[in-house]
Parts: sequence; C-alpha cells; structure tokens
Amino acid sequence: MIDYLLDPAHWTGSDSIGTLLVQHLIYTGLSLLVAAVIGVPIGLYVGHTGKGTFFIAGVANALRALPTLGLVILLVIVIAPAFASELAFVIPSLIVLVLLAIPPIMTNTYAGVRAVDAAAVDAAVGMGYRPLKVLFAVQVPCALPLILSGFRGATLQVISTATIAAYVSLGGLGRLIIDGRAQNDYDQMLAGAVLVAALALLVDLGIGLIGRFAVSPGLTRRRIRATAAQPVLATTATA
Amino acid sequence: MITFEHVSKVYPDGTHAVHDLTFDAPTGKLTVLVGPSGCGKTTSLRMVNRLIRPTSGDILLDGESTNGMDEALLRRRIGYVIQHAGLFPHRTVLDNVAATPRLSGASKRQARLIAGELLERVGLPATFASRYPWQLSGGQQQRVGVARALASDPDFMLMDEPFSAVDPVVRSQLQDEFLRLQREIGKTIIMVTHDIDEALKLGDQVAVLRTGGKLAQLATPEELLTAPADAFVADFVGRDRGYRSLGFVAAAPGLVVRSEPSVPIGSSVEDARAATDDDWLLVVDERAHPLGWVEPRTLRAPISFSDLNLSGTVAHRTGTMRHVLDASLSAPSRRGVLVDEDGALVGSVTAAEVVGSLAEIHAAGVTTGGTAS
Repeated sequence: MIDYLLDPAHWTGSDSIGTLLVQHLIYTGLSLLVAAVIGVPIGLYVGHTGKGTFFIAGVANALRALPTLGLVILLVIVIAPAFASELAFVIPSLIVLVLLAIPPIMTNTYAGVRAVDAAAVDAAVGMGYRPLKVLFAVQVPCALPLILSGFRGATLQVISTATIAAYVSLGGLGRLIIDGRAQNDYDQMLAGAVLVAALALLVDLGIGLIGRFAVSPGLTRRRIRATAAQPVLATTATA
Repeated sequence: MITFEHVSKVYPDGTHAVHDLTFDAPTGKLTVLVGPSGCGKTTSLRMVNRLIRPTSGDILLDGESTNGMDEALLRRRIGYVIQHAGLFPHRTVLDNVAATPRLSGASKRQARLIAGELLERVGLPATFASRYPWQLSGGQQQRVGVARALASDPDFMLMDEPFSAVDPVVRSQLQDEFLRLQREIGKTIIMVTHDIDEALKLGDQVAVLRTGGKLAQLATPEELLTAPADAFVADFVGRDRGYRSLGFVAAAPGLVVRSEPSVPIGSSVEDARAATDDDWLLVVDERAHPLGWVEPRTLRAPISFSDLNLSGTVAHRTGTMRHVLDASLSAPSRRGVLVDEDGALVGSVTAAEVVGSLAEIHAAGVTTGGTAS
C-alpha cells in the first residue's frame, strides 16, 4: 500500500492521485456550499421565529433515511438522458451529497439558535435591537459552536460518501477503491481508503481550527491570556 | 412620567392578565409593581416597551402615546434590566455595556468610553472590562446589566425582578447601591418584584396588584403599612406591619439618651468592674465605636474579643425608630446603643423609652420623616 502511494507513476497523468484528491475536494466543497445555502437560512428562520420546528424534524429524518447508493443510481437513470456530458453523472451524485449534508447543517443551525440564552435575546429585543440585528449580532454568534459542529458532521459524511460517486463512473478518491476492486488490486483499494480517511481527518481539523478563531472565548470559556495590566480600551480590540 | 391609561391585556384564551390598569409613575421616582405570581405585574412592565402589546388602553411617556411608535426606537429610550441580567455571552463586559450607546448612535470608541464610566459607577473595577459574562458572579452580572441599561442615559427604566436571582446578602447590597445611584441619577423607573420587603425598601410608591391584573392599592410604602386599602393588601404586606412601619419614623430628637459607661477593649478586669454596677458593660474600640457587651463578673483576664457578646445591634441617632427599638431589644443589657454619624458611641436608650417616645410622637400627630430601612 505504501509502495502504491509512493510510486511516482500514480501521481502523474489525468487520473493521478493528486487529480482525484482535487476532484474529491471539489465535490465535497460544492455539495457543502449548496447544502449550506439551503440549510442555514431555513435553520436560522425556524430557530429565530420558532415557526416550523415540525418541518425541520420531519425533513431531517426523511433525508437521513434515504439510501444513498440507491438514490444515486435512480437519479442517474432519471437525469442522465437530459445531459450529454459527464454532468449526467456529476449532478445526481452532487444532489445526493447535498441531501446528505442538509440535515446536520439545518438541524444544528436551528438547535444552536434555539439554545441561545432566552434572557440574552429578551434583553436584546428589549433594548431596541431590530429582529435581524438580534439574529446576526446575538443569536448567530452564540449559536456558532453548534452551527460549526453541524458543518463538521456534514463534511465528514460528504467526504466519506463522495467515494460512491466513483460507482457511477465519476472521479474522486473513490476511483481508487472501485477500480482497485475491479482489478483485484488491494493495495490500490487500501490506498484509496486511507486517503479518504486522512482527508476527512484533515478537513475536520481545519474546521476545528476555524472554530477556534471564529467562536468568541466568552462561549468556549477558554481563558484568554491575562491582559489586565494594559489599558481597558487596548485589551478589547475585537467586538 | 409613565402613564397607564385603562390598560388591559386579554390573551386569546380569555385570560385577563391585566385589567383596566390606570396609574402614573412620576418623573424621577421609583414605582414598584408588586403582587403574587399571576397578578400581571411583569405583563404590565413589558407593555411599557411593547414587548407585549396591550389589548386596550394606552401607555404614555411624558404625555406621548406609545401606541404606534416605532418599537425599536421606543425601546432605545427606555433602559431595560431583567432578572438574570441577560448579558451577551459572546461579548466582553465592556462591549456588553457599550451595546446601548452604540444603538443610540455613538461611535465604537465613544461607546466604550461611556461603558467604562458606567462600570465604575456600578462599582465594578476596570479589570472586569475585558472579562466575559461567564467569569462573573450573579451579582456582578446584574451590575453589568444595570450599567448597560444606564449607558444610553435613558429617561425611563424598566426593571423586572432585577435583584431576585442573587443571594440575600448580595441582594441587599445591590439594593442599597441602587438606591444611592438612583438618588444621583433620578430616573423614572418602574420595577417589578414579588418581594414586598424589596418593594417597601426601594419604592417611592408601591402599586400592589391582585390576581387578574387589578390594582389593589397605589401608595407610599409607609401608607401601605399603616393604611392598607383592604384585607388582600394587608395580608400581602404581611406580618409585623406595626414594627416594620417604624422604619418610616425618624428617631425622635427628644429621645432620652443616657450616657452609657464603656471601657476600651483590652481593659483589665478591675477597670471593667469599676466602670459599672450593672451586669453588662459596653466595650468600645480606640475610636469609641461600640464592639459588644461583657459581663464584668465573669471576667478572668483583660477583655479580649472572645469575651464579647455580639447580639446587640447599633442604631444611628438620626436613624429610624425601627433601628432604635431593635437595638434596645437585641442588646443583652436591654439598653440600645446609639451612635453618631461617624459610628462613635453617643449613649443608650431602653425599649420602654422608645415606646414612650413613640406615644409622644403619635400624640403630636407627627408620623412622617426618616427613610425606609
């Protein structure tokens, strides 16, 4: 397996490991982006207004119950005739990945906003914040840890599930596994599996790091380095 | 002035939360709404800044109807303090306080300067500015909540059970500080509490509400104690009304004060026995501040702190009759110790003398004066 990964021949050409890796990341990023564009606003709306909690629970459960592989194949059969190009395979796979990513993103966004201290929200409204300001100045920053953990869960699921895109003759690290299986090349399969796992871990680490910088220490309860000796205004440079 | 004009709140299920409420909260005064749970006091408060909309009637700020005002702009004119402070957990203490001046249009820099002043004003050291709410105790959080409400310098303030989430010692401390602050700033305040003692202590006037949101009585604390409007108010105001109303009677200038023998702490047994023929002797410190009582008969060595009986309270000569009477009842010698403004010993008075003096005051028809205790 190590030999497979170190063989320079596997790192060049149109289906090199590097290309597959980039393809994998593009599928993942694209699916997450679309899922966020759909899931975050719905989660925010329902969390902020309290309307439609029933919708969130229902949709999330329904989406989670979908059999991923079956859906990809079904969509390929339905959609493929409409496209001549490789899009015939890309689009069904992306749809499935998006459907997979929406529940954790949407429910965590909703739950995060709901979990914000009711007194803080009451104070914000009572002191004269308008609704959108309540949402973006108080509810979203306070919900950020949960929202990010939703993204984390979604990312892991999408990265691992994107391997099945290869099943419908698409790129990504799944190629190594599917092709390796076809050729009985177990080194190649193992290399693919290890790469997918490593990629998932790396991206997870990355989101964790983003959280460290994006989430207020007032929420994570991390002790910030004592700066009491400096003047007050200098120590609070960030809002 | 905040004016309630026939304000009612009826919920869709038919519950009357507030029924035809009419009263004024005068400018610069603290009006307390008090009553049992379910009496609509919080609903009434939240109708002022339209967090709840009245079903009928109108609430006026300095004569201006709040009905139809832009709600966010209305709320920015009114300081709002709530039970658990409701600080923004993701912002530093300084930025929490700066939130209201920012809303009123101050620049970030200006807002932080104002916030810094306000923190000092509510008694929080500058080192707290860069902390986050979770690093603060409940009492400290509530101070920040008060500072935040005051930072935009509103004319009006609404306070919903502001001191009830902290322990009794801190609560009484916060109440005292708030009274002092209010004397300086003179905001027009409506405060809600379920604690009648808090209402009597803080209120310039107290509105007692009964279940169903009806006004039972609106009066000064003293009137509530001495002339409750009906059985409900009398019952709600509670026991010991006669004794507690003494908190509104100033210590009579003519109160007989006898000079009380005393010895400094550390005095010898002989000095203590020579100082008095009585069973109890008062011990003071080097500045003549009373410390406690000793029994000279039982002394074996020079008076130390462990010899002191500390049960007696000390009353200021200019305090209230409640303090004076309590001092005389609590001292083991049954002589209440009176001190001057600096806390130095003036003399003592017995319970019989206090009661006699009360009878004289009553006969003279003088009942007011003094401050709530």
